[in-house]
Amino acid sequence: MSEQVFTNCTNAGPVSVYVKDGKVTRMRPLVAEEKDFKPWVIEAGGKKYSPPKKFAVAPYVHADRRRLYSEERIKYPMKRVDFDPNGERNPQNRGKSPYERISWDEALDIVAGEIKRVKDTYGGSAISGMTSSHHNWGIVGYKMGPFARFMNLLEFTPVLDNPDSWEGWHWGATHTYGFYWRLGMPEQYDLLEDSLQNAEMIVLWSNDPDTTRGTYTGQDSALWRQWLKEKGVKMVFIDPFHNFTAGVMEGKWIAPRIGTDTCIAMAIAHVWITEDIYDKEYVKERTIGFDQFKEYVLGKEDGQEKTPEWAEGESGVKARVIRALAREWAAKRTILSGGARGGEGGACRQAYGTEWARMMVLLQGMQGLGKPGRTIWGTTMGAPSDTKHWFPAYADLEGRVSTAHIAKFKPANPTKQRLYRLTLPDAVLDPPVSWYGEGFCGQSLEQQFTHFEYPMEGYSEIKLFYRYGGSFMGTMSDTTKWVRMYQSPKLEFVVNQDIWFNSETRMADIILPACTNFERDDVGEWGACGGYTCHASSGCNYRIVVRQQKCIDPLWESKSDYEIFRLISKRLGTEEEFTDGRTELDWVKAFYDSSDLKGMISWEEFDKKGYQIINISEDYKSTPSLRWFAEGRDCDTPDTNNPKRNTEKGKELGTYSGKIEFVSESLKANFPDDEERPISPHYIPSWEGHHSEMYKKYPLQLLSSHPRFTFHCHYDKHTDWLDDIPVHRIKKDGYAWWPARISFEDAELRGIQSGDIVRLHNHRASVLCIAVITERIRPGVIHSYASSAKYDPLVPGNADSPDRGGCVNMLTPSRMVSKNVPGMTPNSCLIEIEKWEG
Amino acid sequence: MSRYSILIDVTKCNGCYNCFLACRDEYYGNDYLPYSAAQPLNDNFWLKMKEIERGTYPKPKLSYIPTPCMNCETAPCIDAAKNGAVYRREDGIVIIDPEKAKGQERIVNACPYRVIYWNEEKQIPQKCTFCAHRLDEGVKLPRCVESCPTGAMVFGDLDDPQSEIAQLTVKLSVEDYHPEFETKPLVKYVGIPKRFVAGEVVFRGQEGECAPGVSVKLSGGDLDLETVTDLFGDFEFEGLESYGSYKVTVSADGYESKDIEIKMFKDVNLGEIVLEPR
Repeated sequence: MSEQVFTNCTNAGPVSVYVKDGKVTRMRPLVAEEKDFKPWVIEAGGKKYSPPKKFAVAPYVHADRRRLYSEERIKYPMKRVDFDPNGERNPQNRGKSPYERISWDEALDIVAGEIKRVKDTYGGSAISGMTSSHHNWGIVGYKMGPFARFMNLLEFTPVLDNPDSWEGWHWGATHTYGFYWRLGMPEQYDLLEDSLQNAEMIVLWSNDPDTTRGTYTGQDSALWRQWLKEKGVKMVFIDPFHNFTAGVMEGKWIAPRIGTDTCIAMAIAHVWITEDIYDKEYVKERTIGFDQFKEYVLGKEDGQEKTPEWAEGESGVKARVIRALAREWAAKRTILSGGARGGEGGACRQAYGTEWARMMVLLQGMQGLGKPGRTIWGTTMGAPSDTKHWFPAYADLEGRVSTAHIAKFKPANPTKQRLYRLTLPDAVLDPPVSWYGEGFCGQSLEQQFTHFEYPMEGYSEIKLFYRYGGSFMGTMSDTTKWVRMYQSPKLEFVVNQDIWFNSETRMADIILPACTNFERDDVGEWGACGGYTCHASSGCNYRIVVRQQKCIDPLWESKSDYEIFRLISKRLGTEEEFTDGRTELDWVKAFYDSSDLKGMISWEEFDKKGYQIINISEDYKSTPSLRWFAEGRDCDTPDTNNPKRNTEKGKELGTYSGKIEFVSESLKANFPDDEERPISPHYIPSWEGHHSEMYKKYPLQLLSSHPRFTFHCHYDKHTDWLDDIPVHRIKKDGYAWWPARISFEDAELRGIQSGDIVRLHNHRASVLCIAVITERIRPGVIHSYASSAKYDPLVPGNADSPDRGGCVNMLTPSRMVSKNVPGMTPNSCLIEIEKWEG
Repeated sequence: MSRYSILIDVTKCNGCYNCFLACRDEYYGNDYLPYSAAQPLNDNFWLKMKEIERGTYPKPKLSYIPTPCMNCETAPCIDAAKNGAVYRREDGIVIIDPEKAKGQERIVNACPYRVIYWNEEKQIPQKCTFCAHRLDEGVKLPRCVESCPTGAMVFGDLDDPQSEIAQLTVKLSVEDYHPEFETKPLVKYVGIPKRFVAGEVVFRGQEGECAPGVSVKLSGGDLDLETVTDLFGDFEFEGLESYGSYKVTVSADGYESKDIEIKMFKDVNLGEIVLEPR
């Protein structure tokens, strides 16, 4: 049989899928017809910059074929051998006992039976469920679609996500410049052009864009940074790890002690104030509260002047380096790159990370945020990109089968009770738990001040847990508690529905095998998030909507998530309510019909050809982010969710005052006396850092950044080709170990050699890694990526057992950013390390 | 005649391994006879990435050298092969015939670049083919080059003066990787890491201020180089040869100048060089 070529899309790029005799043989970055590309051109410095006619996908996408056929696929429905829904359930054996293959009928009968029993006995709120992000791509199959539709029908207790990659920006920067509708990250429109035309220096502060790649947009932006390097734009990297972008860009590396970035920011402000080198006009016109902030910086509030020398004492960065950086920043048009999408970065994922993120905004506020070359830009979004043609994305209400208007029936969930991802295990094991903030607070600043308590009056504690697609053992904090949670008898029934075995899969009573997006029909735009990350596909050189064609039949006995939910719903008598009378392909077509794609390409052609590139129009007009604000004009960017845009307040930011707030009006109104997130930002030493008691016993700081060759817990152990990349895993004695990077100095002190198996440990956990001795890490810091997908305890089912899979998140604290800020803090983690003798 | 080549600009490589993974996707489990038999699962790096870390904290450097088959014009593998099992095509691509090469493990060891791999199961030596099966189908690029996000790899015909690669080899300072092997590799490089000397100049009594614009000279061998410190007081001499002996001289008005003798066994970070007031 001859080779067939299908189109599909992944979470980091579109692909052409080659199929022979029903088997996928190859996957290339999507091969589009040359005539479909109309590359944009940016003119800067007498040169023209234009992208090649191709899609630079992320590395692991090239290994998606291996992941598709992985031995780690869940092949059949399975039941834990000592689980009997009508007898002994043995919850204490979750994570220990083996599984036996059962039929789909038996599995579905058990799951439907348990749902019915729990719902009838305790009410729908006793059912909860949790998903991970983006083990698949495509809006029809995405978690916010079928999973939400199914669970809403059950009237479940949802688990609120925390803004895990940008905590400080979400809970801090929003109170400085608004952008809560972007969850704290700034708009990024046309900032590539601004940078090429205007930037003289870029400060990448806690940012490694060649590793995190703008989250979903693959590597298209790597070329942009190459252009900037060739243009001679100076780059400065502030990161305890000499990261991979620093490696290729070169430039100046500044390595602060973890937890002290805010000091350096304060000292920069101190230099600017005392040497009178900031934009006073801008500060006067566009900001409020500067005088109070100035008092703090000058030490009039607490007696401590925030000088570079003071910052050197805390951070270990020479005062002269801070001073020189500050002066250059003021003298040259300097872009601040505070995380992959503008606002992210490990410095905001730690104790008091709000303060650093607020300072990032305020520093640029002192230098004219929004003026040419004076922006906050992650370097991964903001290419010229069409915003006139709408296609739904997963985070749009109109991009979900659960909420889009194309659904005839939209099941609403009347249950008001909520759980919070970071405290879910505590909520099960030791209720009540309470917190402030509605997870992703994209609707208003006030959402951050809403108080939640679980269990909520009138609702049940959860008894049935439905886990879907992924695991948090390698991504959340202090994660051995997830094991403890699963082994609690309070969870009467646990079902895990996934494509691959993940770290939480074997904690379930019933396991259901789902299929990938290569085995079903879907549609999706590359890099598009929609919702709170509106126009995210400007991180790609071309917008491309892909008709994600079913390339092969579901492997083994797997089924699409949609089909699994349909079959359970059928048993519950709600099949029609779940499906809305539609197949997956019907939904694809309905989304197409609802979009602007309809006017660009016929359904038949789109369905057959498999993609549509949406080029910018001939009359494309650049509207650089925040230029409007800097120039006192009405917002002219296409930032659709900005609530003041196109109103009489169009010139304002999303803060209460409409200006940049050195003293936050929203915090003043709601938490005026919070010393841990004061109304004006402060440097507060970490509760788990070099001043804390724990430091005496555990003097090394763990930096667990977002990973380079895996996405959350996806790919990694489901894609063993990656084990041949030593940055990712290193093979030793037949096992692929997770690397821990250690300075020469720290290794020598402990007698550790490169290639030794080492135990990273503290009072929370022990994790075995392979040592990599490097000059690229600040002494006193251990670098090991978060997101190992392989939780592999030496004693299965024992939460206290050392893990040899590299889930370093087990070591990280449960404690939140601060008392009213429920964000995770993986980079406030003290450990010790020793050679593991086995 | 054509001479197909890849020009690899090491300074543009961010070490993403797209090339390695794209290669594995093309070849793992896929036979392209008579060009190549399927690549096995383990220990095959037809596009090998070499990570090079140089220097010391806090001035390290990181480079990656993507290493495909060099398609040498005097290829030792061809000489090592019996019954013509390894041959050069008219376009310069060196191919190991998967049938004829059966059992010839010595071909693996003939390669000084170590880019031929032994397939234990099939008992054959295997390597990169520049995706010859694709080129012959009319596809323009090998998979590794197609997947490169930064344009660090350029594929083309060195003998076609109109080609991008031919023009770049004229324009850029192009070099062979390990020229001492004397195998005339067709694969060309830009920016292969050499040795470097780095340091930071500080003025005694002025430790709170960086020392920009200070003259730093390096001499020794045929070299007589001069630079000035940047805004952080940092300086660097890049592209030096191993084992050279050099003298670094730092001088600034009002300060005693300082000479430092170095021998380049490895990259040298002189750390803080403190100049005393005169």
